[in-house]
Amino acid sequence: MPRRRKLRKIVAPPGFRGYKPYGFRGGRNNGHVDLLYEEYEAIKLVDYDLMNHLEASSLMGISRPTFARIYESARRKIAQALAESREIRTVYGNAYMDKTWYICNDCNARFTIPDSINHYTCAICKSENISSVTSNN
Amino acid sequence: MKTIITSAGNKLSSQFELRFGRAEWFCLYDEESGKTSFHENMHIDDGHGAGPKAAEKAYELGAAKVISGDFGPKAKDILTQMDIQMVIVDNDNQTVKDIINMIK
Repeated sequence: MPRRRKLRKIVAPPGFRGYKPYGFRGGRNNGHVDLLYEEYEAIKLVDYDLMNHLEASSLMGISRPTFARIYESARRKIAQALAESREIRTVYGNAYMDKTWYICNDCNARFTIPDSINHYTCAICKSENISSVTSNN
Repeated sequence: MKTIITSAGNKLSSQFELRFGRAEWFCLYDEESGKTSFHENMHIDDGHGAGPKAAEKAYELGAAKVISGDFGPKAKDILTQMDIQMVIVDNDNQTVKDIINMIK
């Protein structure tokens, strides 16, 4: 039996269900590639948030080599989708959401709310305009 | 309630430090009395485990809240267990005093 896959922690799921090519020549639909949530997260952390693999892997709770494989796979899928004019669909994969973190919509601070605190306000500016980092989808 | 703010130096005018375990100083701010004290980080040059040790230090000092730029996975686990609130502020262009003024 293969080793069980460790779940990869992601901060927020992608804000879309997929991408479709438009206006491509060749008539038929070329099918789709499934981009996993953790692959989306890997691309986002490295190429959008400009983290290095080590930082990104610790954020996702996995080892750096594992992160590198996920990232590689993500790039290949996106390249395949572009080169073969395929649709990209996002699929849940082996991920879980980091639910414990909140973001303040007024001052952009991120914080946790431990059990000992029972008021849901920003830890910095005391604003009530906060949201869970996962629910802004 | 006491709050720890990671700092690059031991003065209120020191730069706010984005790293938690490798911050040079911890500023302990007491909301009730408005007093601050600075505590040196003894584990800054440790090969590993600086984050968890800093988290334990925060617990020893009786902090209920820690403000820093980022927390490693081990420090996060410990702070979560100890019911200490973690706050991430991305902007490093601030002094410790700026941060205290924000939470006042």
